Amino acid sequence: MSKAPELATADLPPIVLPSTDELPPLLQDSDFWTDDMVAAAGIQVHDVPFVSIGGGMGSFVTVNYLRVAGGVPASDIKVLSNLSHPWQTYEYLTRVSQLSRRQRIRSDSQSRPDNLWGFPSYALQEALVKKSPKPLAQVLLEPVFADFYTPELDVVLKGIEREAGRIGYWDMLVQGEARLVRRRTGGGYYVLHAPRRPDGHNSGLIAFRARDVHIAVGYSGLRFLPDLQDFRARMNDYHHVVNAYEDHEHVYEALRRKPGRVVIRGGGIVTSAVLHRLIEDRRKYGLHTEIVHVFRTFYEGKHGPNQWWRRRGKHGFAYQGFNYPKSAWGGQLWSAMRRTEGDQRIKLYDLIGGTTTAWRRHWQEGLELARREGWYRTQSGQMAGLRLDGDQVVARVNVPNGSLDIAADYVIDCTGLDGDVAEHRILGDLLEHGGAGRNPMGRLDVERTFELRGSTNGMGMIYVSGAAAFGGYFPGVDTFLGLQIAAREIADDLARRGMARKMRPLRSISQWTKWVRNRRV
Amino acid sequence: MVPTLFGRIQTRLFLLAVVGGAITALITPILPLDGPMGQRYQATFVVLASVAVLGVAWELLYHLLMQWRWEKDWPTLFGLVTLVPEGILVWVLADRQILPGLPGPVPGDAFLVHFVLVWLAVWMVANGPMRVPFIRWRFRGGRVW
Repeated sequence: MSKAPELATADLPPIVLPSTDELPPLLQDSDFWTDDMVAAAGIQVHDVPFVSIGGGMGSFVTVNYLRVAGGVPASDIKVLSNLSHPWQTYEYLTRVSQLSRRQRIRSDSQSRPDNLWGFPSYALQEALVKKSPKPLAQVLLEPVFADFYTPELDVVLKGIEREAGRIGYWDMLVQGEARLVRRRTGGGYYVLHAPRRPDGHNSGLIAFRARDVHIAVGYSGLRFLPDLQDFRARMNDYHHVVNAYEDHEHVYEALRRKPGRVVIRGGGIVTSAVLHRLIEDRRKYGLHTEIVHVFRTFYEGKHGPNQWWRRRGKHGFAYQGFNYPKSAWGGQLWSAMRRTEGDQRIKLYDLIGGTTTAWRRHWQEGLELARREGWYRTQSGQMAGLRLDGDQVVARVNVPNGSLDIAADYVIDCTGLDGDVAEHRILGDLLEHGGAGRNPMGRLDVERTFELRGSTNGMGMIYVSGAAAFGGYFPGVDTFLGLQIAAREIADDLARRGMARKMRPLRSISQWTKWVRNRRV
Repeated sequence: MVPTLFGRIQTRLFLLAVVGGAITALITPILPLDGPMGQRYQATFVVLASVAVLGVAWELLYHLLMQWRWEKDWPTLFGLVTLVPEGILVWVLADRQILPGLPGPVPGDAFLVHFVLVWLAVWMVANGPMRVPFIRWRFRGGRVW
């Protein structure tokens, strides 16, 4: 398979990059750009029908769909990204949040970003490769008599790498930093981009003149809760208090050198992974780590508004196989959500939302042992503040009858990623200049086809998928299968508009056999 | 595929017609049945049609049962073991000659082989190969059209 080239601008003419990043005020302030305005600013223009901004998993899954199902040639697509490969951010986040390539991610057997059909599923592939019926037996027995089958991260990433080569992804990738999307007078869009120079810096500006733009830029950053931000600002201390999505290996290393106490905050899948690491390290190296786990919402047992909606919970955690109930990806919840608007949608999101983790047998065994031996305890309450006391950090936790202080060596905050769309330069600009609006959950308002409402321009459209579109008619946007569902909607919408082919059964079978034989699309 | 009610019904009817029909057409000549070939085919296709028609009512029941599940899903195993109650019901109706259109008594061994083979084939296709020609099927609750 071909690797990502150093400077992936192979089929662009050699260009003399402008020396400045500054946009003339006229362009900065105008909601619509004319061709003359762009030419007057001396910005080189490249025409391409479809631009995808992001270059992470969302872009990959979308352009994969367009190439395979939509029959769109690679030369008609450009992916603008500051990443060198689509799984770069995903792999980074999984690694720092304690998931190595050998471990299993929280994703279904059929959720294959590298395969439009989800067939063969990861379980079937694993069974064939390992010549073992075990993965298939697990799928047969899940979730009642076995944990949900989930694939190994390494298998998932290698599959994406293979597929990227097959669809000509590296030829579509233009590394650098996408800056803005503005509507073009006469239809379509300008996408302003600072390409990566040979020295590795992104600078100078070029523009892509595109009919359609797809945006999948992921999360705007880590969610640092106010108390954590405040602690860091006051103490200038990035050592004692960490976010689980940051590299925090120093915590585990320190605990190996000297016994210590860790406060964990959160109840999601990353919390489970961090706890697993602490428990495993304790067992492997004979450590004496103590864990205090603070839950803002503590679930004692099954919970939900009525007998039809009861989610499993215990020891503080809410349990669910995946990020949402399974029917969100194409079942009755998918169907129900598509029909909701406004408050009704918020209510349904509230019902299925909240932080959950997966109930996995080996995690349960570890926690059970920890509880029994008394070195893991839980505390229900809201973290109110953090301060340093000598070598320790003291966490103040508000509980129903007052507050209590927990002294620890480290605090690991596992509360997640930030989805505020206005924080992102491109998304914020679309809200200000591009006609975009927010949905009832505060993120970008998209149609059922993932078209960004209010931004249509002549024959052109902007599509948004991934975390920025959370809160729309489809709840699972920030998941592998969700990205694929969005990609399917986008590809079908392009086909309806006559910009791509619609994949029907015979061509689907033919494309699938190409996938099996690893033939280039 | 996580089904919706219409998706369940459509998938059942479609797969029984296509996969069940093909299996039935292939195995009827070798099933331990008596009588001329026309009557044998009549018997097996009446049984197949009964599974489809009664199945609509079964799907309503399954849909109701699914409402007690938080995930509103229908695990792979459920799709397999429902073979037992459905098989028993069709057998009782066939054995008592209640199924309309049956040309005569149905031997138990022929019924068992036919029913189980059709069920397994439909279940296996629904759990994988169906997604190859029908790429939208799994994202639309199992709706075929």
